[in-house]
This record gives sequence, structure tokens and C-alpha cells, in this order.
Amino acid sequence: MAKAECTPKWNTLALRNRKTCPTPEKSFQTTFTPVSKDKNSQTAGHLAGGDTQSSNGPSGQFLARESIESPSKVLLMLVAGLSFSTRLYMITEPPHVCWDETHFGKMGSYYINRTFFFDVHPPLGKMLIGLAGYMSGYDGTFPFIKPGDKYENQNYWGMRGFCATLGSFLPIFAYLIVLELSNSCTAAIIAATLLIFDTGCITISQYILLDPILMFFIMAAVLSMVKFNQQRYRSFSASWWLWLVLTGINLAGALGVKFVGLFVIILVGLNTIWDLWRLLGDMSLSLVDIAKHFLARAFALILLPVILYVTIFAVHFVVLNKSGPGDGFFSSAFQSRLIGNNLHNASMPEYLAFGSTVTIKNLRIAGGYLHSHWHLYPEGVGARQQQVTAYLHKDYNNLWVVHRQQDNNSQSGNPDLVRHGDIVRLEHKETTRNLHSHLHEAPLTKKHFQVTGYGINGTGDANDLWQVEVCGGRKGDPVKVLRSKVRFLHRATGCVLYSSGKTLPKWGWEQIEVTCSPYLKETPSSQWNIEDHINPKLPNISLSVLKPNFLEILLESHIVMFRGNSGLKPKDNEMNSKPWHWPINYQGLRFSGVNATEYRVYLLGNPVVWWINLASLGLYLTMVAVASIATQRGFSLGQQRIEHSLVLVRGGGLLMLGWLLHYAPFFTMGRILYFHHYFPAMLFSSMLTGLTLDILFRSADLLLHPPYSYWFQRAGQLLLLFSILYSFYLFHPLSYGMTGPLAHEPGSAMADLKWMDSWEF
Amino acid sequence: RWEMLQLPLVVTAQVDLLLVLVSLLAFWTRLSHLNYPNAVVFDEVYYGQFVSLYMKRVFFIDDSGPPLGHMILASGAYLGGFDGNFVWNRIGAEYPSTVNVWSLRLLPALCGALCVPLVYLLTLELKFSHLSALGAAVLLLLENSLIVQSRFMLLESVLIFFVLLAFFSYLRFHNAPSSWLILSGVSCGAAVGVKYMGLFSYLLLLVVASLHTWKLIGDKTISHMNVCVQSVHRVLCLVVVPVLLYVFWFYVHLSFLNRSGPHDQLMSSAFQASLQGGLSRITRGQPLEVAYGSQVTLRSSVSQPIPCWLHSHKVNYPIRYDNGRGSSHQQQVTCYPFKDVNNWWIIKDPGRQQLVVDTPPRPVRHGDVIQLVHGMTSRFLNSHDVAAPMSPHTQEVSGYIDFNVSMPAQNLWRVDISNREAESEVWKTILSEVRLIHVNTSAVLKLSGVSLPDWGFRQLEVVADKLFKAHSSSLEWTVEEHRYGTSQEQKEREAELHSPTHIDVDRKISFWAKFVELQWKMLTVKQEESEHKYSSSPLEWITMETNIAYWLHSSTNAQIHLIGNPVSWGVANLSLLAYQLLAVVYLLRRRRGLKDVPDGVWDQFVCLGCVCVGGWLVNFVPFLLMDKTLFLYHYLPALCYLYLLSPALLEHAHTHLLSSVTHQRALCVGALAVLLSIFLTYRTFCPLTYGSPELSAHQLQGLKWRDTWDILYRRR
Repeated sequence: MAKAECTPKWNTLALRNRKTCPTPEKSFQTTFTPVSKDKNSQTAGHLAGGDTQSSNGPSGQFLARESIESPSKVLLMLVAGLSFSTRLYMITEPPHVCWDETHFGKMGSYYINRTFFFDVHPPLGKMLIGLAGYMSGYDGTFPFIKPGDKYENQNYWGMRGFCATLGSFLPIFAYLIVLELSNSCTAAIIAATLLIFDTGCITISQYILLDPILMFFIMAAVLSMVKFNQQRYRSFSASWWLWLVLTGINLAGALGVKFVGLFVIILVGLNTIWDLWRLLGDMSLSLVDIAKHFLARAFALILLPVILYVTIFAVHFVVLNKSGPGDGFFSSAFQSRLIGNNLHNASMPEYLAFGSTVTIKNLRIAGGYLHSHWHLYPEGVGARQQQVTAYLHKDYNNLWVVHRQQDNNSQSGNPDLVRHGDIVRLEHKETTRNLHSHLHEAPLTKKHFQVTGYGINGTGDANDLWQVEVCGGRKGDPVKVLRSKVRFLHRATGCVLYSSGKTLPKWGWEQIEVTCSPYLKETPSSQWNIEDHINPKLPNISLSVLKPNFLEILLESHIVMFRGNSGLKPKDNEMNSKPWHWPINYQGLRFSGVNATEYRVYLLGNPVVWWINLASLGLYLTMVAVASIATQRGFSLGQQRIEHSLVLVRGGGLLMLGWLLHYAPFFTMGRILYFHHYFPAMLFSSMLTGLTLDILFRSADLLLHPPYSYWFQRAGQLLLLFSILYSFYLFHPLSYGMTGPLAHEPGSAMADLKWMDSWEF
Repeated sequence: RWEMLQLPLVVTAQVDLLLVLVSLLAFWTRLSHLNYPNAVVFDEVYYGQFVSLYMKRVFFIDDSGPPLGHMILASGAYLGGFDGNFVWNRIGAEYPSTVNVWSLRLLPALCGALCVPLVYLLTLELKFSHLSALGAAVLLLLENSLIVQSRFMLLESVLIFFVLLAFFSYLRFHNAPSSWLILSGVSCGAAVGVKYMGLFSYLLLLVVASLHTWKLIGDKTISHMNVCVQSVHRVLCLVVVPVLLYVFWFYVHLSFLNRSGPHDQLMSSAFQASLQGGLSRITRGQPLEVAYGSQVTLRSSVSQPIPCWLHSHKVNYPIRYDNGRGSSHQQQVTCYPFKDVNNWWIIKDPGRQQLVVDTPPRPVRHGDVIQLVHGMTSRFLNSHDVAAPMSPHTQEVSGYIDFNVSMPAQNLWRVDISNREAESEVWKTILSEVRLIHVNTSAVLKLSGVSLPDWGFRQLEVVADKLFKAHSSSLEWTVEEHRYGTSQEQKEREAELHSPTHIDVDRKISFWAKFVELQWKMLTVKQEESEHKYSSSPLEWITMETNIAYWLHSSTNAQIHLIGNPVSWGVANLSLLAYQLLAVVYLLRRRRGLKDVPDGVWDQFVCLGCVCVGGWLVNFVPFLLMDKTLFLYHYLPALCYLYLLSPALLEHAHTHLLSSVTHQRALCVGALAVLLSIFLTYRTFCPLTYGSPELSAHQLQGLKWRDTWDILYRRR
């Protein structure tokens, strides 16, 4: 019926994605229920602008929508302008390395130099930084050794500018997201203002860091998802596909920068499930339609991101083909890919023999080489003998010589091969101590035995004897270099050489503990392989057989990353930030400078903004509770009130979920946490604030009569704007740099602004 | 009123014979030969030590759970006349004849036995038939792991009992509103009080209850007033009562354990002073207010790694450290974990020379500037811009010696009472937590937590730190021992320092302060993560990959293992899977408007899922996130939910899924066959459950159904 009425007004193409059909008899509810299978006509209630048609009464959404169309463009331009100017202002200051720039700048350089490195985050962020540096003429030569190093005449502004540009999109995205969710310009502008004038967001966008890139992808994914939700009545149209595919691309981007991107994937996943559930309940759709919907989403939100994500890694591995500082973290097979690594195109004797000099690598991924050095275990930690550890880097102290039980002299002629079941003595090449174990408890894993270096020049005692066992082998099998998994069973106690993966304290140089485990389960921790093998008396063969395929590399690099992530445990003297600190803006991070004379930048949120956000969270929960109880109890509410509660529950619910997903998981994490981990959650929190406060102001008519309620609304908005602006004026030196005395000293520019004792500026 | 009472007086009683039967069987399986083996079995060695401490009323702190569980075990011991004189040091140690083993194990066994009738009743409350109820009861009855866990002095059976009771009484209330709700609240409080794990089930119950309340709110036939009253009633019973009870357990715990013991040192000085013996014996009768001239020992508020007192001794910092950095070469100031005469310091007014207390004493207040003089060496506590020995980012603290090298004394410290209530508060012994702020540099005296090397006698390093966290307990110091100094001469003073303290004032801290401190300590005390031979990961529990050897006879092959009944275990997993599949199919079809079952049955089905599958989830998933050492017995609560689920699901399939009579009969026959095989496996594993009769190595080998099980053979 509606279709028939409309047809005369429809041009073929121009109106395809627009809705001009006057449907006065359509009530508000029908805008949510499509009535026919013709997708093109199912667009009621979602105008694209320029539509002067107004319906009389029932559709408040139409009214709101139209009234915001014209100023919204202007406001968007304003938001964009302010956003870019705050972020790009003084971008080159300070002209030295700040905080984690030392890592990410360095990694960007590695890409330019094509040197292999190891990092706990996926590569996309650093690749983009590298690319930005490359495009802006940075040559990758700056070493980024430590924070505070002067850049001199390096072209660092390109990398910073790139990050700041991405960071500038955040308020714009927030504006658009809130506008979509609430249909209210005021809500959108509140959210954008909060972000534009937040010193924390400015600071974190201005440096060579992964966070602006990550947040860009997170927000872009959410925006595309929200836009996609709005397209629900135009299934399979071009714009529907566009937003769907964009969501998928941005998800891949977010995950490719940091694993935190997983949270936004969950958010989009939940939203998609809910969406499909809604479609399933729509009886006008056939099962085939629903299958189409399902497949489209599976393609764009699962398959496409996976392909992109894998592509990122493929590029990563192709670009980084030279040996570098990250080699030791990876298995022997992995290393053989890297140009310059001693395993690349290596040739060595194929079978382990007595008299060979070898390095022995633990098979646990990132397990390290068996290592010893001229240091003893400290008093109170087992016997005071030489330390034996596992060490991740290549080092002369990783070399061990394989000896027979008794003789020390190398014989003439062909050396005998070491076979499964043989008894060997492992002598540390540098210190000539034997690998030794005894019934003392190990330093960290108390149920295991201690492993030490003992004896001198190869003379030790019966506790130096180890039985070689090839996993899955039988008596007499030779030990293949690189390919055999070997276990070393201690003869005297029957325990097995084991790398526990725990980091020793300072006395052990923070290397990894090696123990002798009485539990004989076959785990990678107790299995080792022979990596380097030097024996001049044996013929060398080429080891190109090792080359792993792409999937193996991908899997291994992920396991190494996860290990690395969970290995980032708080150290003794480091400030450890707790998740509950974050929303209350309890403590910031020093980006640059400590003393009064230095140029100081301190990452701290604008307290007014953050505390408004915090209060709004509580306010939101209260408002939702009141609204849903009122609905559940069946109180008769006005049209406008119903709309407000719908926006609160749907739009607000989505943002609340986003906040929770980006915040709550940190409570369960054992790794070291920093203040900046909260920023993605803070974006959601700010958008929620915009939406909540707007509805709060609009609900003033619950208490006041019309003219007053309108005044109240305006006054509230103005007060909010003013307090944000004024607090930004007060706190802007946090971002743009402070010099002179510290805040608690007299004569400081920030004198009265140390509102919390824990702030350190 | 007499007409109310009408003759003849009639008593009608309905007895569910099935219920009585399963209860009797449950008591028989759980309680027979309870005092065999007459030896310490597995974790009895752990809980036993706390029972002993209860008997002796000695304070302890156990981070494994709240005190109710320990109290229940201890009450069993008390009833059996146990005097606490048994050393729990080794699994397998024989109990002497003075220990009444039967009474020690009675209460957990009773709880374990009562779980069986409870499951029966709970199934009825879920609105399934008596036959299903019987099935659930039998599954629980013949579960070897539950029997093993119930028969010893362990807490899981108590926990499961309270959890089941909570759900039973809540559902009873929900089906027919009555006073059962209060019982539900009490059981929740008890469940959380036994083990923190009970919290998961409690939260689930809260969710179920709030869903029901939400429906109630939506019911427009009920007046607003009524809705309010009912909601408040539920909140009172299900939130307020459990919280109050939880605190009450601690109240009993703390008021009962009033003697000092091995765990004292973890607690603050004020807490210790409230215990008999220990610190209160030393500190009894000290003056309360610290005054100029007071002689004090200063205890650091951190008890990690060990509690210690500010200390100095007549040895200087080495001129150069091992790594080549230089020091001030002044007298060492450390933190020393033992009582020592060198821990005494004297509070001095910077403006005056004297080191004795005036009459009347002039108390030190918040914000006052003082000097601290070391009692035995008379050096002033000093700090300066020299890097500390082990933590070079902080300042060194020393006893000042003037070497005449233009390094002037900087020995003024400002007293900052961080737990003050008023600005001019007086510094109080034991109660005040004080920061000493160095006047010249604003650095704060701090225990860095690092041990000094040999030259510092491995005592703990003390530094002054400018960049400190606002609320770190490593900055706080309390006066522990305290007396008013009376001797001006150094010799006299040394004699005075060596003499014990005196005078008499009584001090108490409130229950709430003690409760908060104990609770906080329980949650934050980190026990060293230990590997255990029988520990397992949560995913291994589902397939029962590992067992736990509980006990092995000292000379024969008789042994007890925690091994579940593999057939029931399989049934449980199968029903979990089946329910989820069925639920997904039902949900999708209902969404498309195809209602397979009538609404009433659907509600029943959903309720079953919420309680059983939900119960399994909340008792299983959290373990995946924990990095504690976990054991198979942690899975038992989750398993009980599945046993509740299986027969009910079967009944649902029988009545609503199978239409033809033949299929229904086949299902019944199948169910009977499964029950029979459950019984047979139960019989098969009985020797490992009850520890008798002894089996030969060959028979034991036959019981090793999985390669990963670890069954012990004694070499003959």
C-alpha cells in the first residue's frame, strides 16, 4: 500500500537511498517494522536529509531528525577544526624522545631497516608508524635509546603528526556515533567537547604511540557498526555493504594494533548476534533471507578480518627478513628464515657426537638457551655453586661441550655419535664447570631440584651425569641436530632437566630459572633441542629442510607474543597502576621530564571531564533503572519519554557495554598495567556522558514547567560547556608542556591545581 | 476460643518412603566405618592445624576461606573432646587413641549425606516427578568422589550442602511464598562463610531471584504497595541477612580466638595488642601518648617479606659498593626483623638538648618537627642527597657522623600521622600510623623491601623516597614498644633500654577495625604458588583426567583415591551437552514462532537450565581465569548441578520429545541400564573409595581405567 502511493514520486536512481514518501498514517512503531519485501521502500523514519516533509504528531523522531540536520554539518566542521587544532598544536614539542616513543619509534625504524624484532603487540601499529616515518623522510637511523634523547635534525614530526591526525578523528567519530545513537545534536556535541578538551586524550594522541592508532580503529569500527545498524531497512544495498565491510576492516585494524582490539570485536560480535536474533524473529523474512544475512555478516565480520589480519602478519614477515634483536625469542626453525642469523642457510653436522660444542634450546616457546656464567647462587639459595639459567639471547655463555662419562680427551678419528640412552657429561665451555644437580631445592620452584655448574676442568662427581633420551626414540637412535626433541635425565636422582619459565630475581640477572624436575611428564619445558653444533671432525650438511611454513610462523609468533604479554610482571621499583585508579583519574604517567628545569609533559585526564564521566556512569544506571521499572510497571509515559528511555536503553546500553568490555577485563589481568590502558574505555564513557546528560537536561520538565524547564536545559548545557573550557584552560600545560618549579613548590604555574596528592606534576 | 480445638485430636503424616530410603542409604554410604582409616588423610593435614588452633583458642589467618568452615570442623572436634594436642604434619600419620576420629569427620559426613535427600527435594521443587528426583538422588548417592570428599575432615561436602539448601529453600519459597526465604538467606550466608567458592552460587541465586522479582514488578494485578513490600522482603532476606551472617562468622571467629599465635606478625601492632600473650604482654601498660623524650621502637607497617623494626648499629655503610658507587660512609640504618636493643630510638625536641620526658609530658603532635636519636649509639637519624645502597633512585638514610667533609647534618623529621582524625592529633602508641617526612628534602622514610648484602648483615634496606605513592604502607611506621625516658646520662639510658617496659593502660581496637584488617589480609596474603603432584587444570576435570591419591596404608596396598564414578561423570557431561543443544534448537524455533512445548513446560525447562546449567557455569568458568593451584575436588559443586540436571532432562525428553510408546519404553530401558552400570562401577571403585578391602597390584592395575590416573603400588 505504501509502495503504491509512493511510486509516482520515485525517480529511478536519485532517490534510491533516500526516502521521500509521505506516510502520515504510519505510526512511530511502524518505522521499526518493515512491511514488505521490497528493501528499497523500507526506509521510513531514516531520512537522509533535505527532506522538508513533516508528519503531524506521532513521529517525534522525524522532528528531531530534521531539526538537527542543518546545524549538524556546521557543528561537525567545528568539531573537526577544534579537534585538529588541539592535537596538532605544538606537535614537535618536546624535541626529544618521550616515554614509550623509545619502543615504538625504534620499532618503526626497524621496519624501515627491515630488521627482525620482537614485540608483545601485533605489528600493524608499528608498521603504520614506520610507513609514516618513511613517507615523511625519516631514514630509520635514529637509535631511540632512552626517553629524553634529543632528536636533533631527524624527521620525527611525520610519525608524531600521523598519530596526532588519527587521534584527531576520535572526537569526530564520537560526535557521529552519539548523533546516530541519540538523534540529538546536543548529546553529540557534549561527547565531542569532552574529548576535544580532555588533556589526557590530547597528550596520548601527540606522540609516537600505538594508542591513537588503536583508538582510531576502535572508534571507526563502532561508528561503522552504528551506521550499519541504521541501514537495517535497506538490507544488501550498497551503503549497507559499505558499512558492513568497513566494520570488518576496522576490526582487523584494531586487533592488528594491539590485542585490546579483541574487546571491540566482542562488542561488535554481541551486537551482531542481537541483530541476527532480531532478524530471526521477523516473520516476514524467509529462512533463505536469514541465511543470506548470516552469511553476509560471517563473511564481512569474521572471514574478512581474519584474512586482513593474516595479511598484516604476512607483510610483517616479508618486510622483516634480516636478523635482529628478536631472534632468540623464537625457535630454531623460525630463525633459519632470517638473513644474517647463523642458522640462515646454515650447515652443520647432522648428528650429535661426543666432543661437539653445542647450544641447547628449551622447546617451550620463548624458553631460552641453557646458560651458565661466572656467578654463584647467593647464600640461602641451595648450594653456593655456579648458576645455571636459561637465557633468551645469543651469547658465548650458551655453549656447552658434550663429553663421555669418563674421558676428557678428544680422541683421534671419527667421534662417536651420542645415542638414545647414552650417559653424557655437559661441560660449560667458558667456565669448564659440569652441568650438575643435587637434592637441594630449586630457587623458585621449590618442589624441583637445583641445577648448578660444578667441578673444574671437567672433573666433578657422579651428580654430573645425565642420560640422553630422544623423545619417541628407541635405544640406539642418534640425536638429530635441531630436529630431535631431547630430554636429559639426571642419573643420580632420576629427575629431568626443566626450564620453569619463571624469572629469577636480580642475583640471577633476571634470566629464567632452570631446575631438575622430579615429575617426568613430557612437556615442552623438559624437552630441549640442539641448536648450534660445532664439530670440525664431522661433515657439515645443509639444513634447509627446516624452513617452516607460514602458518607455523604465525602460530609461533602468537604464542611468543602471549608469553611475552603475561611475562610483563610488575617489577620492584616500578609504579604499578591499579584498574580502580583509572576512572577516578588517580594518577597519571610522566611522559617527559622530572625536575623543575626540564620540559615536563604529564599524561593525566582533565579532572573535570573525568569526574563528570564518572558521575554520569552512576547517573546513567539510575536513569535506566528508573526508566525500565516505570516501563515494566506499566506507567503511562508520554511519547517523548518513551523515546528517551529507548535511547537510554539501546544507545546507552551499547556504550555502557563498550565501556565495560574495555575496562572490566583488566581486573583479571596479571600483567603490569598502566594508566593509558583506560583510554579506549574512557572514549565510551565520554560518549555515554553526552547521551546521559542530554537526556537529563531534556527531562527537566518532569520537575519544572515549560519555560523554566527550557531555561534549565540551556543553563545546564552552558554551565557544562563553561566548566569544561575553563578546566581545559587551567590544565592545558599538562599536555602542552610545563617548565619551572613543580606544582607543590611555590611559584609554580600549576600551584593550586594539585587537587589530588597522587598527581605528580 | 475453645471451639478451635476439636476432638478427637488427629495427626496425619505423609511419609515419602522413597525419600526415607535414599536418606538411609546416604547415611549408610557416608557414615559407615567413618573412623577408618585411623590416619591423617590428604587435606585433613591442612584443616587439622586450624582445628587444633581453635581448640587452643589461638589466633590464625587462613587465606583459603572464611572461618565458618573451620568452625564447623572445630565444633565436631570439640564435641568429640579433642584437646588440640596433635601435630598435623604428614599425610598418613596415625591418630593416637586420644583423638576421636569419628567425631572429627562426623559433621562433613552428615552434610554429605544430607545432600542426597536435598537433591531429591530440589528436583521436586523444580517441578519434576518423584522418579526424576529418585534418579538425581541415586546419581549423587553412588558418586564415589562425593563419598570420598564427605567422609573426611574436608569442607566441600559442607559447601555443597549449604548451596543445595539455599536453592531448595528459595524454590520452595518461590513456588509457595512462605518463611522459607529466610532459610535461603541463611544458607547463602553459610555457603559463602564456608568457602569463597560459595559466592558463585550465591550470585547465581541472586540473579534467579532478581529475574523472578522483575516479573513480579511487571505483574500489574498486584498493587504498588504490595510490590514494594515483597521486593524489600527479598532484599532483606537474600542480601542483608547473608551479609550480616558473613560478618557474624568473623565476629565469632575473632571473639573466640583471643590468644596470640604463629600468624600474629602478619597483623598490625594494634591488632596484635588485642590478643592475649604475644605483643600485648610486652606492650601492656605502656604510655599512650608519645612525648618528647619518649623511648620507642618503630615498626614498619608492611609485613612483607617479614615484619621489622627501624634499627641501627655501630657499622658504617661501605665507602664504595660492589658496583662502584660511593656512599656517605655514615652509620647504617636498617630494618631488622627481630627484637633487639638496637631497635630503640629516642624522640628529641630539636630546640632542646635533654632526652628525658618532662613532667607533665609534652606530647608530640601531627606536624611537629622532631629528631630521632638512636638509643645505643646516640646517632641522629639523618638523610641526604646520596643514593641509597640498593635502590639508587632514593636517598640514603644514615645515623649521622660528622666526617667534616661539608656534608652537614640534615636530621629534622616532620611527623605526619596519616590516620589522624584531627589536625592537632597526638602521636599515639600502636594506634597512630606515622610518616616521617625529611624536612630538608621532603622525602619520606620508607622500607624499600630489598635486603642489604653481607656488609649490611642481610637486614632490610631503609631509604627516604621523594617519589612515593600516596597510600603505600611501606611509608608508615607505628610505635610499638614505648616508655618515657628518665635518664639523661648515656650509661643509665643503656641500662634503661635493656630493661623491660612497664606501667599499665588497657587498649582495645573495635571489632570492625579487626574485621576489616583480617578480611583485607586474607584477600591479599599471597601464598607462594606451589606445584602439586596431583594438581590439575579445570579443563581436565570434565573428562576426569587426573585423580588424587588421598591416603595409602603404611604397609599394605589399601588406599583411598578421589576418583569419580566414570559412568555418572559421562552421564553428567552428556546431559550438559544435550541440554544446551536442545535449548538452542528450542530457542531458534520459538523465535520463528514454532512452539514445540507448551508455555508452562517451557518455563520449567528454562528454570531447570538457569539453576543447573547456570550453576555448572558459575562454578566452573571462574576457575579457568584463576592462576591458583587447583584440584579435582574444586569441580564437585559444579558436578552436583549436572547430576540434578540429568534425570530432569531425561524426564523432559520422555514426556515431551518422544511421542511413540516404543521410544519411551526404549528410553526407560536405556536409563535403567545406565543406572545399573552406575551401580556396578560404584561397586568396582568401592575399594578405592573406602580404602578397604586391600587390592592386589593386579586388581589395582585393572582399576586404572585411564592412563593418566596415578594409582599407587607398594613394592613388595
